[in-house]
Amino acid sequence: MSVILQVNHLSKQFNHLKAVDDLSFTVNEGDVYGFLGQNGAGKSTTIRMMLTLIAPSAGSIDILGKNVYEHRNEVLRQVGAVIERPDLYKYLSAYDNLAIFAKLSGLKVTKQLIMDQLEKVGLHTRAKSKVKTYSQGMKQRLGIAIALVHDPKLIILDEPTNGLDPQGIADMRNLIISLSKDLGKTVIVSSHLLSEIEQMANRMIIIHKGKKITEGDVKQMMDPAKTIVDIATIDDAHSLGLIQTSIYADLLQANDGGIRMQMDKNNIPAMIHWMSQAGIQILSVQPRHSLEDYFLSLTNPANYVESASN
Amino acid sequence: MWNLLQIELYKISKRPRTYISFIAISAIVGIFQFAFKADGQSYMNLILQSVQDSFELDKSKAINGYFMCYIILNTLLIQVPILVALVAGDAISGEANMGTLRLLLTKPISRTQIILVKFAASVVYTIGLLIWMAVMALFLSLLIFGADDMLIFRVKGDESQILQITKDDIMWRYFAAFGYAAVALTVIAALALLLSVFAENSIGPIIATVCIVIVCTVISNINVPIIDNNVKPWLFTSYLVGWKGFFYIGTTEEGVPIKGSIENWPAIRNSLNILLAHIVILLGATMYIFKKKDILS
Repeated sequence: MSVILQVNHLSKQFNHLKAVDDLSFTVNEGDVYGFLGQNGAGKSTTIRMMLTLIAPSAGSIDILGKNVYEHRNEVLRQVGAVIERPDLYKYLSAYDNLAIFAKLSGLKVTKQLIMDQLEKVGLHTRAKSKVKTYSQGMKQRLGIAIALVHDPKLIILDEPTNGLDPQGIADMRNLIISLSKDLGKTVIVSSHLLSEIEQMANRMIIIHKGKKITEGDVKQMMDPAKTIVDIATIDDAHSLGLIQTSIYADLLQANDGGIRMQMDKNNIPAMIHWMSQAGIQILSVQPRHSLEDYFLSLTNPANYVESASN
Repeated sequence: MWNLLQIELYKISKRPRTYISFIAISAIVGIFQFAFKADGQSYMNLILQSVQDSFELDKSKAINGYFMCYIILNTLLIQVPILVALVAGDAISGEANMGTLRLLLTKPISRTQIILVKFAASVVYTIGLLIWMAVMALFLSLLIFGADDMLIFRVKGDESQILQITKDDIMWRYFAAFGYAAVALTVIAALALLLSVFAENSIGPIIATVCIVIVCTVISNINVPIIDNNVKPWLFTSYLVGWKGFFYIGTTEEGVPIKGSIENWPAIRNSLNILLAHIVILLGATMYIFKKKDILS
């Protein structure tokens, strides 16, 4: 499976605020990749950097093996995006909006092409209506049509369900799944709702205050039997090396040099025993409950304290 | 680029605010024409008060289509910068305000191209305004008031002058004057576009452009030697009314007008060069800043 997106040590500093801090992750072809974090976690900033709207302070972004900033136009021809709200030219019709952005994507626009795209998102009967008369859901669908019109390989959707009613959310979820399953597109979808990502994505990353918290396969990460365990030792680097060569290597989670593992909580005593025998000097072992609880703790620290005390 | 310009012009043509300027010009010109048709003689009496003892003039012939256009341009070209700012000041900030800027910038078009296209569209709009002004102020006035020799009233140094241009020597001067006005107003468009890059709603850049034009115009009209020598030569507002130079006809030593001549072509050329330099600097600054800008809207 080839890599579609490679983010390496990406950082963005706005004056005194570090919005994104040494973020690295990889998205593979065909993934529906969830980008999860609370509001202000740095999701939109990262997405804007992927789309060259914001210049990174450090790090690099490669899409389809090419640096986004060095091969901007070439890369963006393969990318479709809806960033936050699908804001469009409200004084123009859906047809005009789609035709304009199709031309900007380098397509030769025909009436057939535009009407086909509008039909795909169910807007063909309102093609000539001005966008200002559209509901939020219709605007979102038009935004998706604009993102897809040039048949991109990678689709980036920033909070696509924001402002939608329950039916609109369900429709959007189905559309995203279908983009991957039926059309073989790679989709990056950001959200602040774990449940939403859980239903759509096969892989995901969680970021908090611009840093990566964890990344991996959604099914594995959401396994309720597994608990996240943060371990502090006298020498983390040495301990990490020992764990990586042990039977516990597969349980390791990315944690920026720290030791984080995901496991069934019943296995924690056995693992501590093994660590002691291996000569690892443990300072603390902190179980962090399930991923859902952990994410909730990021969103609302009060919930975590409550959850941890149970 | 042509494709992009077509898209930009289409967007401009679909916005109702685009037509405010055309309506405003029509209204102002219409009021002028009505007023002069109804009571133009009073105006002529007033401006000829100081010289009517020295000259024998047929005042009824003095009010003609060419003269009307000159009077209208004299008033209107001071106000047109506001109308130009309405569209150029909205070029980037309007997109940021609507949220379409981020979508636009995710398309495979460079930021330099976007600025060049926005600028070109503003120039096309400015030329459109001037063409409309020419149709209303010149051609419609010629239809209403007819064509005849044109009298220009001018204060040069301490003396008042009346210049007479024969009717077969006027039309090219208007074409040249409108061409000059297009360059002068393009400076305003470039300024408004630069300010537009900094804002996320169009009101700010439009008002800021108008304020800068007003302040610079006031400075351009202050008669203090230190400002005359050091500041005025560099202000674009000192050259906005340079179009009048095309109507200052050259004369022989005996004061006889020379058909087809301009009194001071080097001064007009210098003014044009300074205005063009302003355009290049403002446009260059806009491209540089926009390329570096993080899009947070």
